Amino acid sequence: MARMKFLCDADRCIECNACVTACKNENDVPWGINRRRVVTINDGKPGERSVSMACMHCTDAPCAAVCPVDCFYTTADAVVLHNKDLCIGCGYCFYACPFGAPQYPKVSNFGSRGKMDKCTYCSGGPEADLSPAEFQKYGSNRLAEGKLPLCAEMCSTKSLLAGDGEMIAQIYKERVVKRGYGSGAWGWQTAYRETIAI
Amino acid sequence: MSLGAHLRFLVTALLLAVAVGFAQPGEAQQVNPTADSVKEQQFLDALKANPSAELRGRVTIPDAKSATLERPAGREWRAFHQGTMTKVGAVAVLGTLIAVVAFYLFRGRIRLESGPSGQRLTRFNGFERFVHWLTAACFIVLALSGLNVTFGKSLLLPLVGPEAFTAVSTVAKWAHNYLAWPFMLGVALMFLVWIKDNIPGMVDIRWFLAGGGIVGKGHPAAKRFNGGQKALFWIVVVGGAALAVSGINLLFPAEAGGVLNLQFWNMLHGIVGVLMVATILGHIYIGTIGMEGAFDAMGSGEVDLNWAKAHHSLWVADEMRKGDVHGGKLQPAE
Repeated sequence: MARMKFLCDADRCIECNACVTACKNENDVPWGINRRRVVTINDGKPGERSVSMACMHCTDAPCAAVCPVDCFYTTADAVVLHNKDLCIGCGYCFYACPFGAPQYPKVSNFGSRGKMDKCTYCSGGPEADLSPAEFQKYGSNRLAEGKLPLCAEMCSTKSLLAGDGEMIAQIYKERVVKRGYGSGAWGWQTAYRETIAI
Repeated sequence: MSLGAHLRFLVTALLLAVAVGFAQPGEAQQVNPTADSVKEQQFLDALKANPSAELRGRVTIPDAKSATLERPAGREWRAFHQGTMTKVGAVAVLGTLIAVVAFYLFRGRIRLESGPSGQRLTRFNGFERFVHWLTAACFIVLALSGLNVTFGKSLLLPLVGPEAFTAVSTVAKWAHNYLAWPFMLGVALMFLVWIKDNIPGMVDIRWFLAGGGIVGKGHPAAKRFNGGQKALFWIVVVGGAALAVSGINLLFPAEAGGVLNLQFWNMLHGIVGVLMVATILGHIYIGTIGMEGAFDAMGSGEVDLNWAKAHHSLWVADEMRKGDVHGGKLQPAE
Protein backbone atom coordinates (compact mmCIF):
# COMPACT_ATOMS: atom_id res chain seq x y z
CA MET A 1 0.00 0.00 0.00
CA ALA A 2 1.04 3.51 -0.70
CA ARG A 3 1.74 6.23 1.86
CA MET A 4 -0.48 8.98 0.46
CA LYS A 5 0.70 12.58 0.85
CA PHE A 6 0.06 16.05 -0.54
CA LEU A 7 2.88 18.24 -1.84
CA CYS A 8 2.41 21.83 -2.96
CA ASP A 9 5.20 23.14 -5.18
CA ALA A 10 4.85 26.80 -4.21
CA ASP A 11 7.08 27.90 -7.09
CA ARG A 12 4.40 26.67 -9.49
CA CYS A 13 1.23 27.73 -7.67
CA ILE A 14 -0.46 30.67 -9.42
CA GLU A 15 -3.16 31.14 -6.74
CA CYS A 16 -5.96 30.34 -9.17
CA ASN A 17 -7.97 28.71 -6.34
CA ALA A 18 -9.26 26.02 -8.71
CA CYS A 19 -8.28 23.34 -6.16
CA VAL A 20 -10.48 25.10 -3.60
CA THR A 21 -13.44 25.23 -5.96
CA ALA A 22 -12.94 21.70 -7.26
CA CYS A 23 -12.87 20.33 -3.70
CA LYS A 24 -16.03 22.16 -2.69
CA ASN A 25 -17.85 20.94 -5.77
CA GLU A 26 -16.59 17.35 -5.78
CA ASN A 27 -17.35 16.75 -2.11
CA ASP A 28 -20.45 18.91 -1.72
CA VAL A 29 -18.70 20.61 1.20
CA PRO A 30 -21.07 22.33 3.69
CA TRP A 31 -21.67 26.06 3.47
CA GLY A 32 -18.99 28.11 5.20
CA ILE A 33 -16.39 25.34 5.14
CA ASN A 34 -13.39 25.08 2.85
CA ARG A 35 -11.50 21.83 3.14
CA ARG A 36 -8.71 23.32 1.04
CA ARG A 37 -7.54 26.92 0.75
CA VAL A 38 -4.72 28.81 -0.95
CA VAL A 39 -2.64 31.01 1.34
CA THR A 40 -0.44 33.72 -0.19
CA ILE A 41 2.63 34.61 1.83
CA ASN A 42 4.46 37.92 1.36
CA ASP A 43 1.52 39.07 -0.73
CA GLY A 44 2.51 41.86 -3.11
CA LYS A 45 6.18 41.75 -2.10
CA PRO A 46 9.15 40.30 -3.97
CA GLY A 47 9.35 36.57 -3.39
CA GLU A 48 5.59 36.18 -2.85
CA ARG A 49 4.54 32.54 -2.85
CA SER A 50 1.15 30.82 -2.67
CA VAL A 51 0.62 27.48 -1.01
CA SER A 52 -2.45 25.30 -1.33
CA MET A 53 -3.14 23.73 2.05
CA ALA A 54 -5.60 21.19 3.44
CA CYS A 55 -5.38 18.31 5.90
CA MET A 56 -1.88 16.87 5.42
CA HIS A 57 -2.84 13.42 6.73
CA CYS A 58 -0.03 13.53 9.26
CA THR A 59 2.09 10.69 10.51
CA ASP A 60 1.15 10.24 14.19
CA ALA A 61 -1.74 12.67 13.65
CA PRO A 62 -2.27 15.16 16.53
CA CYS A 63 -6.05 15.26 15.90
CA ALA A 64 -6.33 11.51 16.43
CA ALA A 65 -4.19 11.65 19.58
CA VAL A 66 -6.28 14.29 21.36
CA CYS A 67 -9.78 13.22 20.24
CA PRO A 68 -11.75 12.47 23.44
CA VAL A 69 -14.03 9.97 21.69
CA ASP A 70 -11.35 8.32 19.50
CA CYS A 71 -13.26 8.93 16.25
CA PHE A 72 -10.17 9.08 13.98
CA TYR A 73 -8.62 6.20 12.09
CA THR A 74 -5.86 5.82 9.52
CA THR A 75 -6.57 3.87 6.34
CA ALA A 76 -4.24 1.36 4.69
CA ASP A 77 -3.16 4.21 2.39
CA ALA A 78 -2.17 6.24 5.48
CA VAL A 79 -5.06 8.68 4.99
CA VAL A 80 -6.36 10.14 8.27
CA LEU A 81 -10.17 9.90 8.35
CA HIS A 82 -12.81 10.35 11.04
CA ASN A 83 -16.22 8.97 11.87
CA LYS A 84 -18.87 11.70 12.00
CA ASP A 85 -21.26 9.38 13.82
CA LEU A 86 -18.82 9.31 16.74
CA CYS A 87 -17.62 12.94 16.63
CA ILE A 88 -19.12 15.13 19.39
CA GLY A 89 -17.86 18.47 18.00
CA CYS A 90 -15.65 19.32 20.99
CA GLY A 91 -13.03 21.22 18.98
CA TYR A 92 -9.96 19.45 20.37
CA CYS A 93 -8.69 18.37 16.94
CA PHE A 94 -8.86 22.03 15.90
CA TYR A 95 -6.72 23.04 18.91
CA ALA A 96 -4.13 20.40 18.03
CA CYS A 97 -3.98 20.64 14.23
CA PRO A 98 -0.95 22.56 12.88
CA PHE A 99 -2.69 23.25 9.55
CA GLY A 100 -6.12 24.46 10.68
CA ALA A 101 -7.78 21.60 8.81
CA PRO A 102 -10.71 20.67 11.12
CA GLN A 103 -13.74 22.93 10.76
CA TYR A 104 -17.20 22.84 12.23
CA PRO A 105 -20.60 23.84 10.91
CA LYS A 106 -22.21 26.18 13.46
CA VAL A 107 -25.21 24.11 14.42
CA SER A 108 -24.72 23.20 18.07
CA ASN A 109 -25.95 24.99 21.20
CA PHE A 110 -24.72 28.58 21.74
CA GLY A 111 -23.74 28.66 18.06
CA SER A 112 -20.76 26.45 18.83
CA ARG A 113 -19.56 23.45 16.92
CA GLY A 114 -21.36 20.72 15.04
CA LYS A 115 -19.62 17.60 13.79
CA MET A 116 -16.13 18.23 12.45
CA ASP A 117 -15.47 18.33 8.71
CA LYS A 118 -12.10 18.12 7.02
CA CYS A 119 -10.34 16.93 3.87
CA THR A 120 -10.76 13.19 3.36
CA TYR A 121 -8.13 12.90 0.62
CA CYS A 122 -11.19 12.19 -1.57
CA SER A 123 -11.56 8.83 0.13
CA GLY A 124 -14.89 9.10 1.94
CA GLY A 125 -15.41 7.72 5.41
CA PRO A 126 -16.19 4.58 7.37
CA GLU A 127 -19.45 3.87 5.47
CA ALA A 128 -19.51 1.39 2.56
CA ASP A 129 -17.39 2.68 -0.35
CA LEU A 130 -19.34 4.90 -2.79
CA SER A 131 -22.60 4.55 -0.83
CA PRO A 132 -25.02 7.52 -0.69
CA ALA A 133 -24.53 7.69 3.10
CA GLU A 134 -20.79 8.03 2.61
CA PHE A 135 -21.21 10.80 0.04
CA GLN A 136 -23.73 12.66 2.18
CA LYS A 137 -21.41 12.74 5.23
CA TYR A 138 -17.92 12.86 3.74
CA GLY A 139 -18.20 13.54 0.01
CA SER A 140 -16.55 11.76 -2.84
CA ASN A 141 -14.52 8.55 -2.62
CA ARG A 142 -12.23 8.84 -5.61
CA LEU A 143 -9.61 6.54 -4.13
CA ALA A 144 -12.16 3.70 -4.22
CA GLU A 145 -12.55 4.45 -7.94
CA GLY A 146 -8.80 4.27 -8.44
CA LYS A 147 -8.43 8.04 -8.80
CA LEU A 148 -6.42 10.60 -6.84
CA PRO A 149 -7.92 13.64 -5.01
CA LEU A 150 -9.53 16.03 -7.48
CA CYS A 151 -7.72 19.14 -6.21
CA ALA A 152 -4.36 17.73 -7.30
CA GLU A 153 -5.66 15.94 -10.38
CA MET A 154 -6.99 19.12 -11.97
CA CYS A 155 -4.25 21.53 -10.83
CA SER A 156 -3.46 23.45 -14.01
CA THR A 157 0.24 24.01 -13.25
CA LYS A 158 0.68 20.64 -11.54
CA SER A 159 1.77 22.56 -8.49
CA LEU A 160 -0.33 20.48 -6.14
CA LEU A 161 0.74 16.85 -6.19
CA ALA A 162 -1.07 13.95 -4.55
CA GLY A 163 -0.02 10.33 -4.46
CA ASP A 164 2.46 8.03 -2.85
CA GLY A 165 4.92 10.10 -0.81
CA GLU A 166 8.05 8.70 -2.39
CA MET A 167 6.71 9.17 -5.91
CA ILE A 168 5.66 12.81 -5.49
CA ALA A 169 8.89 13.56 -3.62
CA GLN A 170 10.80 12.21 -6.62
CA ILE A 171 8.82 14.40 -9.03
CA TYR A 172 9.47 17.46 -6.87
CA LYS A 173 13.16 16.63 -6.54
CA GLU A 174 13.56 16.37 -10.32
CA ARG A 175 11.83 19.72 -10.79
CA VAL A 176 14.06 21.46 -8.28
CA VAL A 177 17.22 20.00 -9.80
CA LYS A 178 16.15 20.96 -13.32
CA ARG A 179 15.07 24.53 -12.61
CA GLY A 180 17.66 25.14 -9.92
CA TYR A 181 15.45 26.35 -7.05
CA GLY A 182 12.60 25.38 -4.79
CA SER A 183 10.98 26.93 -1.73
CA GLY A 184 10.48 23.57 -0.04
CA ALA A 185 7.83 20.93 0.54
CA TRP A 186 5.49 23.06 2.65
CA GLY A 187 4.25 21.35 5.79
CA TRP A 188 6.22 18.16 5.35
CA GLN A 189 8.45 18.64 8.37
CA THR A 190 5.47 19.42 10.55
CA ALA A 191 3.23 16.68 9.18
CA TYR A 192 5.65 13.86 8.41
CA ARG A 193 8.76 14.87 10.39
CA GLU A 194 10.79 14.67 7.22
CA THR A 195 11.70 16.90 4.34
CA ILE A 196 12.80 16.31 0.76
CA ALA A 197 16.58 16.40 0.51
CA ILE A 198 17.66 17.75 -2.84
CA MET B 1 22.71 67.40 -40.60
CA SER B 2 23.77 65.70 -43.86
CA LEU B 3 22.40 62.44 -45.11
CA GLY B 4 25.72 60.76 -44.19
CA ALA B 5 25.49 61.98 -40.64
CA HIS B 6 21.90 60.68 -40.38
CA LEU B 7 22.99 57.25 -41.62
CA ARG B 8 25.93 57.11 -39.19
CA PHE B 9 23.57 57.95 -36.29
CA LEU B 10 21.05 55.28 -37.37
CA VAL B 11 23.71 52.57 -37.69
CA THR B 12 25.20 53.45 -34.32
CA ALA B 13 21.74 53.32 -32.72
CA LEU B 14 21.00 49.94 -34.32
CA LEU B 15 24.31 48.51 -33.17
CA LEU B 16 23.64 49.73 -29.66
CA ALA B 17 20.17 48.21 -29.68
CA VAL B 18 21.51 44.88 -30.91
CA ALA B 19 24.26 44.94 -28.32
CA VAL B 20 21.74 45.60 -25.54
CA GLY B 21 19.43 42.94 -26.98
CA PHE B 22 22.17 40.32 -26.84
CA ALA B 23 23.27 41.35 -23.40
CA GLN B 24 19.82 41.04 -21.77
CA PRO B 25 19.13 37.29 -22.06
CA GLY B 26 22.60 36.64 -20.74
CA GLU B 27 21.88 38.63 -17.58
CA ALA B 28 18.45 37.05 -17.11
CA GLN B 29 19.92 33.58 -16.92
CA GLN B 30 21.85 34.57 -13.81
CA VAL B 31 18.73 35.80 -11.99
CA ASN B 32 17.38 33.31 -9.47
CA PRO B 33 13.63 33.95 -9.38
CA THR B 34 13.38 32.43 -5.94
CA ALA B 35 16.37 34.23 -4.41
CA ASP B 36 14.23 36.24 -2.01
CA SER B 37 11.18 33.98 -1.90
CA VAL B 38 9.81 32.92 1.45
CA LYS B 39 10.97 29.45 2.43
CA GLU B 40 9.38 27.16 4.94
CA GLN B 41 12.71 26.58 6.64
CA GLN B 42 12.92 30.28 7.64
CA PHE B 43 9.61 29.94 9.43
CA LEU B 44 10.65 26.74 11.17
CA ASP B 45 13.90 28.40 12.29
CA ALA B 46 11.94 31.37 13.64
CA LEU B 47 9.79 28.95 15.60
CA LYS B 48 12.78 27.87 17.67
CA ALA B 49 12.80 31.33 19.28
CA ASN B 50 9.01 31.67 19.53
CA PRO B 51 7.20 28.32 19.57
CA SER B 52 3.75 29.91 19.43
CA ALA B 53 4.45 31.74 16.15
CA GLU B 54 2.01 31.31 13.29
CA LEU B 55 2.75 31.51 9.58
CA ARG B 56 0.00 33.71 8.22
CA GLY B 57 -0.72 34.93 4.72
CA ARG B 58 -3.68 36.21 2.75
CA VAL B 59 -6.65 34.17 1.57
CA THR B 60 -9.36 35.09 -0.88
CA ILE B 61 -12.10 33.18 0.96
CA PRO B 62 -14.06 34.98 3.70
CA ASP B 63 -12.89 32.69 6.53
CA ALA B 64 -10.09 34.83 8.00
CA LYS B 65 -8.74 32.12 10.29
CA SER B 66 -7.91 29.97 7.27
CA ALA B 67 -5.17 32.52 6.43
CA THR B 68 -2.94 30.72 8.94
CA LEU B 69 -0.89 28.32 6.88
CA GLU B 70 0.96 26.58 9.70
CA ARG B 71 0.68 26.71 13.46
CA PRO B 72 2.88 24.09 15.09
CA ALA B 73 1.87 25.35 18.59
CA GLY B 74 -0.78 22.66 18.55
CA ARG B 75 2.04 20.24 19.27
CA GLU B 76 2.66 21.80 22.71
CA TRP B 77 -1.04 21.75 23.48
CA ARG B 78 -1.20 18.11 22.45
CA ALA B 79 1.75 17.30 24.73
CA PHE B 80 -0.04 19.12 27.55
CA HIS B 81 -3.36 17.41 26.97
CA GLN B 82 -1.92 13.92 26.59
CA GLY B 83 0.71 14.29 29.31
CA THR B 84 0.44 17.00 31.96
CA MET B 85 -3.35 17.16 31.99
CA THR B 86 -3.75 13.40 32.36
CA LYS B 87 -1.07 13.18 35.05
CA VAL B 88 -2.27 16.16 37.11
CA GLY B 89 -5.87 14.95 36.79
CA ALA B 90 -5.08 11.39 37.83
CA VAL B 91 -2.86 12.44 40.74
CA ALA B 92 -5.33 15.07 41.97
CA VAL B 93 -8.44 12.87 41.83
CA LEU B 94 -6.96 9.48 42.74
CA GLY B 95 -4.56 11.06 45.24
CA THR B 96 -7.41 12.78 47.06
CA LEU B 97 -9.50 9.61 47.08
CA ILE B 98 -6.59 7.61 48.50
CA ALA B 99 -5.84 10.34 51.06
CA VAL B 100 -9.48 10.43 52.17
CA VAL B 101 -9.68 6.64 52.53
CA ALA B 102 -6.35 6.56 54.37
CA PHE B 103 -7.53 9.36 56.66
CA TYR B 104 -10.76 7.49 57.38
CA LEU B 105 -8.88 4.30 58.23
CA PHE B 106 -6.32 6.13 60.35
CA ARG B 107 -8.40 8.77 62.11
CA GLY B 108 -11.89 7.31 61.70
CA ARG B 109 -15.07 9.37 61.88
CA ILE B 110 -14.67 12.57 63.86
CA ARG B 111 -17.13 11.99 66.69
CA LEU B 112 -19.05 14.48 68.75
CA GLU B 113 -17.26 13.84 72.07
CA SER B 114 -19.89 15.41 74.29
CA GLY B 115 -22.82 13.66 72.60
CA PRO B 116 -25.96 15.44 71.37
CA SER B 117 -27.41 18.10 73.63
CA GLY B 118 -30.95 17.84 72.32
CA GLN B 119 -30.97 21.57 71.60
CA ARG B 120 -30.73 22.65 67.98
CA LEU B 121 -29.49 25.78 66.31
CA THR B 122 -30.18 27.09 62.80
CA ARG B 123 -26.92 27.15 60.88
CA PHE B 124 -28.03 27.64 57.25
CA ASN B 125 -31.41 29.00 56.22
CA GLY B 126 -33.42 27.74 53.28
CA PHE B 127 -31.92 30.15 50.76
CA GLU B 128 -28.36 29.33 51.79
CA ARG B 129 -29.06 25.63 51.44
CA PHE B 130 -30.74 26.15 48.08
CA VAL B 131 -27.69 28.05 46.80
CA HIS B 132 -25.34 25.36 48.13
CA TRP B 133 -27.24 22.45 46.60
CA LEU B 134 -27.81 24.25 43.30
CA THR B 135 -24.06 24.74 42.97
CA ALA B 136 -23.28 21.26 44.30
CA ALA B 137 -25.66 19.42 41.95
CA CYS B 138 -24.35 21.35 38.94
CA PHE B 139 -20.75 20.79 40.02
CA ILE B 140 -21.14 17.02 40.24
CA VAL B 141 -22.52 16.81 36.70
CA LEU B 142 -19.93 19.30 35.42
CA ALA B 143 -17.11 17.37 37.11
CA LEU B 144 -18.15 13.99 35.75
CA SER B 145 -18.76 15.31 32.22
CA GLY B 146 -15.49 17.22 32.36
CA LEU B 147 -13.46 14.23 33.55
CA ASN B 148 -15.07 12.24 30.74
CA VAL B 149 -13.35 14.47 28.17
CA THR B 150 -9.90 13.58 29.48
CA PHE B 151 -10.37 10.11 30.96
CA GLY B 152 -13.49 8.68 29.29
CA LYS B 153 -11.50 7.50 26.27
CA SER B 154 -9.35 5.20 28.39
CA LEU B 155 -11.82 4.28 31.16
CA LEU B 156 -15.37 4.24 29.78
CA LEU B 157 -14.90 3.73 26.04
CA PRO B 158 -13.42 0.19 26.33
CA LEU B 159 -16.32 -0.82 28.58
CA VAL B 160 -19.32 0.42 26.60
CA GLY B 161 -18.06 0.58 23.00
CA PRO B 162 -17.74 3.56 20.62
CA GLU B 163 -21.44 4.17 19.82
CA ALA B 164 -22.61 4.16 23.44
CA PHE B 165 -19.62 6.23 24.48
CA THR B 166 -20.41 8.87 21.86
CA ALA B 167 -24.03 8.94 23.05
CA VAL B 168 -22.90 9.44 26.65
CA SER B 169 -20.30 12.03 25.66
CA THR B 170 -22.81 14.00 23.57
CA VAL B 171 -25.25 14.20 26.48
CA ALA B 172 -22.32 15.03 28.78
CA LYS B 173 -21.28 17.87 26.49
CA TRP B 174 -24.80 19.33 26.43
CA ALA B 175 -25.07 18.98 30.20
CA HIS B 176 -21.68 20.65 30.63
CA ASN B 177 -22.64 23.55 28.34
CA TYR B 178 -26.04 24.17 29.93
CA LEU B 179 -25.39 23.44 33.63
CA ALA B 180 -22.40 25.80 33.50
CA TRP B 181 -24.87 28.71 33.77
CA PRO B 182 -26.70 27.72 36.98
CA PHE B 183 -23.29 26.76 38.40
CA MET B 184 -21.94 30.25 37.73
CA LEU B 185 -25.09 31.73 39.27
CA GLY B 186 -24.61 29.50 42.31
CA VAL B 187 -20.99 30.53 42.83
CA ALA B 188 -21.92 34.20 42.45
CA LEU B 189 -24.73 33.86 45.02
CA MET B 190 -22.50 31.94 47.46
CA PHE B 191 -19.96 34.73 47.16
CA LEU B 192 -22.59 37.37 48.01
CA VAL B 193 -24.25 35.39 50.78
CA TRP B 194 -21.13 34.20 52.61
CA ILE B 195 -18.45 36.81 51.91
CA LYS B 196 -19.19 38.60 55.22
CA ASP B 197 -18.37 35.43 57.20
CA ASN B 198 -15.27 34.54 55.18
CA ILE B 199 -12.86 37.42 55.75
CA PRO B 200 -9.67 35.75 57.01
CA GLY B 201 -8.40 36.80 60.43
CA MET B 202 -5.99 35.88 63.25
CA VAL B 203 -8.42 33.33 64.62
CA ASP B 204 -8.07 31.39 61.35
CA ILE B 205 -4.29 31.35 61.57
CA ARG B 206 -4.56 30.01 65.12
CA TRP B 207 -7.09 27.46 63.85
CA PHE B 208 -4.64 26.22 61.21
CA LEU B 209 -1.72 26.21 63.67
CA ALA B 210 -3.79 24.07 66.06
CA GLY B 211 -4.39 21.54 63.27
CA GLY B 212 -8.02 22.51 62.81
CA GLY B 213 -9.30 19.80 65.11
CA ILE B 214 -8.52 17.32 62.37
CA VAL B 215 -5.08 16.39 63.61
CA GLY B 216 -4.36 16.51 67.29
CA LYS B 217 -6.81 16.82 70.15
CA GLY B 218 -9.43 19.40 70.93
CA HIS B 219 -11.17 21.98 68.77
CA PRO B 220 -9.59 25.36 68.15
CA ALA B 221 -11.93 28.31 68.38
CA ALA B 222 -13.75 29.32 65.19
CA LYS B 223 -16.37 31.80 64.11
CA ARG B 224 -19.23 30.92 61.74
CA PHE B 225 -16.70 29.47 59.31
CA ASN B 226 -13.40 28.02 60.46
CA GLY B 227 -10.09 28.44 58.64
CA GLY B 228 -10.60 25.36 56.51
CA GLN B 229 -14.07 26.44 55.46
CA LYS B 230 -12.82 29.90 54.59
CA ALA B 231 -10.09 28.34 52.48
CA LEU B 232 -12.74 26.25 50.72
CA PHE B 233 -14.89 29.35 50.19
CA TRP B 234 -12.06 31.21 48.49
CA ILE B 235 -11.01 28.17 46.44
CA VAL B 236 -14.59 27.84 45.19
CA VAL B 237 -14.96 31.56 44.47
CA VAL B 238 -11.59 32.04 42.77
CA GLY B 239 -11.59 28.63 41.09
CA GLY B 240 -15.23 29.08 40.04
CA ALA B 241 -14.41 32.47 38.54
CA ALA B 242 -11.45 30.99 36.63
CA LEU B 243 -13.65 28.16 35.36
CA ALA B 244 -16.35 30.65 34.38
CA VAL B 245 -14.07 32.98 32.42
CA SER B 246 -12.23 30.17 30.65
CA GLY B 247 -15.46 28.23 30.11
CA ILE B 248 -17.28 31.15 28.53
CA ASN B 249 -14.37 31.62 26.12
CA LEU B 250 -14.45 27.91 25.24
CA LEU B 251 -18.23 28.04 24.84
CA PHE B 252 -18.00 30.82 22.26
CA PRO B 253 -14.95 29.76 20.24
CA ALA B 254 -15.63 32.21 17.43
CA GLU B 255 -15.30 35.15 19.86
CA ALA B 256 -12.27 33.84 21.77
CA GLY B 257 -9.76 35.48 19.44
CA GLY B 258 -7.95 32.60 17.80
CA VAL B 259 -6.90 29.07 18.53
CA LEU B 260 -3.89 30.05 20.67
CA ASN B 261 -6.30 31.71 23.13
CA LEU B 262 -8.53 28.65 23.05
CA GLN B 263 -5.54 26.44 23.85
CA PHE B 264 -4.71 28.65 26.84
CA TRP B 265 -8.29 28.70 28.16
CA ASN B 266 -8.52 24.96 27.68
CA MET B 267 -5.39 24.34 29.75
CA LEU B 268 -6.55 26.69 32.51
CA HIS B 269 -10.04 25.15 32.54
CA GLY B 270 -8.69 21.60 32.74
CA ILE B 271 -6.15 22.17 35.51
CA VAL B 272 -8.43 24.35 37.67
CA GLY B 273 -11.23 21.84 37.05
CA VAL B 274 -9.36 18.79 38.36
CA LEU B 275 -8.00 20.75 41.35
CA MET B 276 -11.57 21.77 42.19
CA VAL B 277 -12.71 18.16 41.89
CA ALA B 278 -9.96 17.13 44.30
CA THR B 279 -10.92 19.90 46.76
CA ILE B 280 -14.61 19.07 46.62
CA LEU B 281 -13.92 15.36 47.16
CA GLY B 282 -12.33 16.33 50.48
CA HIS B 283 -15.26 18.65 51.21
CA ILE B 284 -17.81 15.91 50.51
CA TYR B 285 -15.93 13.50 52.77
CA ILE B 286 -15.74 15.82 55.78
CA GLY B 287 -19.34 16.95 55.26
CA THR B 288 -20.77 13.43 55.24
CA ILE B 289 -19.05 10.34 56.64
CA GLY B 290 -15.97 12.20 57.86
CA MET B 291 -17.62 14.06 60.72
CA GLU B 292 -20.56 13.26 62.91
CA GLY B 293 -23.23 15.95 62.81
CA ALA B 294 -21.71 17.94 59.96
CA PHE B 295 -24.26 16.97 57.31
CA ASP B 296 -27.15 18.40 59.32
CA ALA B 297 -25.86 21.90 58.65
CA MET B 298 -26.64 21.61 54.92
CA GLY B 299 -29.29 18.89 55.29
CA SER B 300 -31.93 20.13 57.69
CA GLY B 301 -30.09 23.39 58.23
CA GLU B 302 -30.09 22.85 61.99
CA VAL B 303 -27.14 21.60 64.00
CA ASP B 304 -26.86 20.30 67.53
CA LEU B 305 -25.75 22.88 70.06
CA ASN B 306 -22.91 20.69 71.32
CA TRP B 307 -21.65 20.19 67.77
CA ALA B 308 -21.76 23.92 67.16
CA LYS B 309 -19.95 24.61 70.46
CA ALA B 310 -17.21 22.15 69.57
CA HIS B 311 -16.62 23.34 66.02
CA HIS B 312 -17.73 26.97 65.95
CA SER B 313 -17.38 28.19 69.56
CA LEU B 314 -17.18 31.91 68.74
CA TRP B 315 -20.17 31.71 66.40
CA VAL B 316 -22.27 29.99 69.08
CA ALA B 317 -21.30 32.68 71.57
CA ASP B 318 -22.48 35.33 69.10
CA GLU B 319 -25.74 33.49 68.45
CA MET B 320 -26.37 33.08 72.17
CA ARG B 321 -25.88 36.81 72.65
CA LYS B 322 -28.24 37.68 69.81
CA GLY B 323 -30.70 35.00 70.78
CA ASP B 324 -31.51 34.16 67.16
CA VAL B 325 -30.01 33.83 63.71
CA HIS B 326 -31.79 34.29 60.42
CA GLY B 327 -35.06 34.22 62.32
CA GLY B 328 -34.42 30.76 63.80
CA LYS B 329 -34.58 30.63 67.62
CA LEU B 330 -32.49 28.31 69.74
CA GLN B 331 -34.99 25.61 70.40
CA PRO B 332 -35.22 22.17 71.97
CA ALA B 333 -35.36 19.23 69.59
CA GLU B 334 -38.74 17.59 69.29
